[in-house]
Amino acid sequence: MKGSYDVVIVGGGVHGLAAAYYLATNHGITDVAVLDKGYIGSGGSGRNTAILRSNYLTPEGVRFYDRSVKLYQRLATDLDYNVMFSQRGHLTLAHSDASLRTMRWRAEVNKVEGVNSEVIGPAEIKRLAPFLDVSPAARYPILGALWHPPGGIIRHDAVVWGYARGASARGVHIHQNTEVTGIDVTGGRVRGVRTSNGDIATPVVLNATAGWATLISDMAGVTMPVMTSPLQAAVTEPVKPFLSTVIVSGTLHVYISQTDRGELVFGASVDPFTSYSMRGSLEFIEGLAGHVLELMPALTKVRLLRQWAGLCDMTPDFSPIMGRTPVDGFFVDVGWGTYGFKAGPVSGEAMAQCIASGETPGIIAAFGLERFGEGALVGEKGAAAVGH
Amino acid sequence: MILLPCAWCGPRDATEFAHVGEASSRPDPAEVTPAQWRGYLYMRANPRGWTTETWYHRMGCRRFIRVERHTETNEVRSVSAAGGADLEPAR
Repeated sequence: MKGSYDVVIVGGGVHGLAAAYYLATNHGITDVAVLDKGYIGSGGSGRNTAILRSNYLTPEGVRFYDRSVKLYQRLATDLDYNVMFSQRGHLTLAHSDASLRTMRWRAEVNKVEGVNSEVIGPAEIKRLAPFLDVSPAARYPILGALWHPPGGIIRHDAVVWGYARGASARGVHIHQNTEVTGIDVTGGRVRGVRTSNGDIATPVVLNATAGWATLISDMAGVTMPVMTSPLQAAVTEPVKPFLSTVIVSGTLHVYISQTDRGELVFGASVDPFTSYSMRGSLEFIEGLAGHVLELMPALTKVRLLRQWAGLCDMTPDFSPIMGRTPVDGFFVDVGWGTYGFKAGPVSGEAMAQCIASGETPGIIAAFGLERFGEGALVGEKGAAAVGH
Repeated sequence: MILLPCAWCGPRDATEFAHVGEASSRPDPAEVTPAQWRGYLYMRANPRGWTTETWYHRMGCRRFIRVERHTETNEVRSVSAAGGADLEPAR
């Protein structure tokens, strides 16, 4: 580790590594260090359920996540690394008139922004996912769904490793097992970072952490509108391929996909209180299993392999906090709630541009920290944590 | 999950409660600037460690309690009846 860098990025997940990669690739800034207190991809990047989609509700959100999906589409070529992106389509189920209305709203916003989404009925849903119980006798009958063909799943570890390799090849230093213990700010400017492996002088620090957004920002004296809660997920033993789409139910708080190996990956909503604990709970597994069986009764004999939790930094409007802060040189790319992984490439690209130019790119203009002081919240009700 | 010792009902599963959030003092609406008011609305200490917060026993006695909880271990140190102006729901 050198004693000084032009840019120090805190957090070696997809966001931090993508920012480093695009700083080097798009802007020629290679004197960059990425620090992680564990190993790369050990936080949210390795704990999410690897779902990609852009069928959000607000125009700002749709434009932003659409850019990310487009970057993901060419990522394997850009990085010369197989990230196993499978655009298998994404179904968000509606179990009530109210959620069907939201689906129609989302479909119209998506179409205006050029994103392929449409509302389909139970017969079409059954054709796409034959194992789903679409009968009207179900406890929560499926009335329709938002069908989003560009959505899909990807291998999240490969995305992290691909960005890390690409950034490293262009001169970026990646320091694992290096915990940031302090940020030096004098005269309203960032001067350096203190770590468990020594001090670094730097004029620019990017907080690209998930779960530690508040703790790292506190070191620079920047207050965050963030509440941290765990989100739990689980995976089953591998079974034969039978599910070719991603299934999401906001009402039942569950999303389901089948990996290339055949395992079923289940995710839920965030736990109902704030915590930094990453322990799984029996309540979660019981609730999850019940909800999955509501949707697919044929899975009663399938066994769970393991469960885990990741930390979600929730913001009041289910949108991220990106860009500059009141401290010169201290940038944030945080508040990623339940939607951080899918936004990795576009966030890295935008934050690299923001750091290199000093200007906030238009695509993230709505996501600035100042919006909370101005009362200009985004209100992204298309996020996974929002019950429809 | 965790057991919360309700001040009125005794130890109950946390799923019976609604997590209201960090206990904070509501500023006087007549005195504050809009920016200060929004700070009260949106900004959170969100500590990793001990925090004082308000819970609502929605499936029990339907009363509010003040809880001191460690956010990393979920250990509860103290519980008391919520009541004063400083225990108004934080959101």
